Amino acid sequence: MTAPPQEPVPITSGDDVVRVRQAVRTAAAAAGLSLVDQTKIVTAASELARNTLVYGGGGHARVERVTDARGRAGVRIAFGDDGPGIPDIDLALTEGWTSGSGLGLGLTGARRLTDEFHLDTEVGGGTTVTVTKWAR
Amino acid sequence: MSGAVGTRISEILEDREAVLGRWVELVTEGVRGRITEREVRTELGELYGLVQRELADGDESAAGELRAALQEISRSRARQGFSPSETAVSVFALKQAVHERIGAAGEETAYAQFIAFSGYVDELGLMTFETYSATREQVIADQAEQLLELATPVVKLWDGILGVPLVGTLDSARTQVVMETLLQMLVDTGSQFAVIDITGVPAVDTEVAQHLLKTVMAARLMGTECVISGIRPQIAQTIVTLGIEFGDIVTKASLADALAYALAASGVRLVEGAGA
Ligand SMILES: Nc1ncnc2c1ncn2[C@@H]1O[C@H](COP(=O)(O)OP(=O)(O)OP(=O)(O)O)[C@@H](O)[C@H]1O
Ligand SMILES: [Mg+2]
Repeated sequence: MTAPPQEPVPITSGDDVVRVRQAVRTAAAAAGLSLVDQTKIVTAASELARNTLVYGGGGHARVERVTDARGRAGVRIAFGDDGPGIPDIDLALTEGWTSGSGLGLGLTGARRLTDEFHLDTEVGGGTTVTVTKWAR
Repeated sequence: MSGAVGTRISEILEDREAVLGRWVELVTEGVRGRITEREVRTELGELYGLVQRELADGDESAAGELRAALQEISRSRARQGFSPSETAVSVFALKQAVHERIGAAGEETAYAQFIAFSGYVDELGLMTFETYSATREQVIADQAEQLLELATPVVKLWDGILGVPLVGTLDSARTQVVMETLLQMLVDTGSQFAVIDITGVPAVDTEVAQHLLKTVMAARLMGTECVISGIRPQIAQTIVTLGIEFGDIVTKASLADALAYALAASGVRLVEGAGA
């Protein structure tokens, strides 16, 4: 069961990252997430949106409210880009590893900040990262 | 342009007292007290003289001066908050002032020449419009800049202790402003401590953390110790989960704690008032 999906938010500039954050904050509050969990999912979204922008060369985020089989509410965000993809997933998911000038904490951090984390990537075929956070 | 307008119009304009007087009257009604009649008379008197010179003698320098004067008026009106059409209408009112004089004389030639004159005044009015838009854009850009600076003030909390209350999103542009303002204040005041308060920052992700770390390092190079305060519980948990380490940077829950720490470290002792 899923609330009607929202329009995807394009990610082509730093302002768009802020917009994604705001959309996630609104959806998380509406799903009844605690303040701590709201902050966690917003921060994870901020990381993934910036990766989409910086490494994926831009893309979009789809923010949706979801409900699981037991009726628990949550927020799911899918980030997609048609960028170069990630050649070595294990390396990218190594804490502190960055191919750029970051801290190398975004992907691992986002995985720990959320309840579900899926990374789909193919060299030359773009990257999709989907995260979900459930209300407690 | 001037040659086409014709001598009858120039003759009518000769009666400066009557035509200018009427123009001033029409414009003063329109501005409804936001600028005084005297100011209107000075502004329009200058324009009037220049219009006369351009039309009568085809005076090139008068044409240039007229454009400059129009831009000046347009700019000052924009800053006084007049709408662009109000400013243009002030110029267009010259047509009515002249037209009424022709009406009084009632002659064919003058009417024919009035059409050319009317086109000429329209051009002048439109010129104020363009200047107006350019000025408003500048005003808006200035305000955005000011907001950016307003949102990142650096204040003196105590002798030798600066406070930097951050509010809102800390992106690269903001960080740059914060850093520059802070470093300049450090130079100006020779402060030993700076308290960066992030109570107003909604989320601290790796980018914000990196910006904070950079600012702290830059201040350190100038011999100043930074204390980060205002880390709310949900932000603290998120920072830890994310894996960000602030290393040996001192962090405090509240601005008050941070100030107490900086005061103690600089050897200031706070004592309870004897009268209390
Ligand atoms: N959408 C993407 N497309 C291609 N490569 C990506 C994408 N997302 C992440 N990567 C790769 O994974 C690496 C690790 O990402 P992660 O977000 O963990 O760290 P970072 O972005 O380099 O630094 P930080 O997020 O701490 O500022 C990146 O340096 C980049 O090489
Ligand atoms: Mg990242």
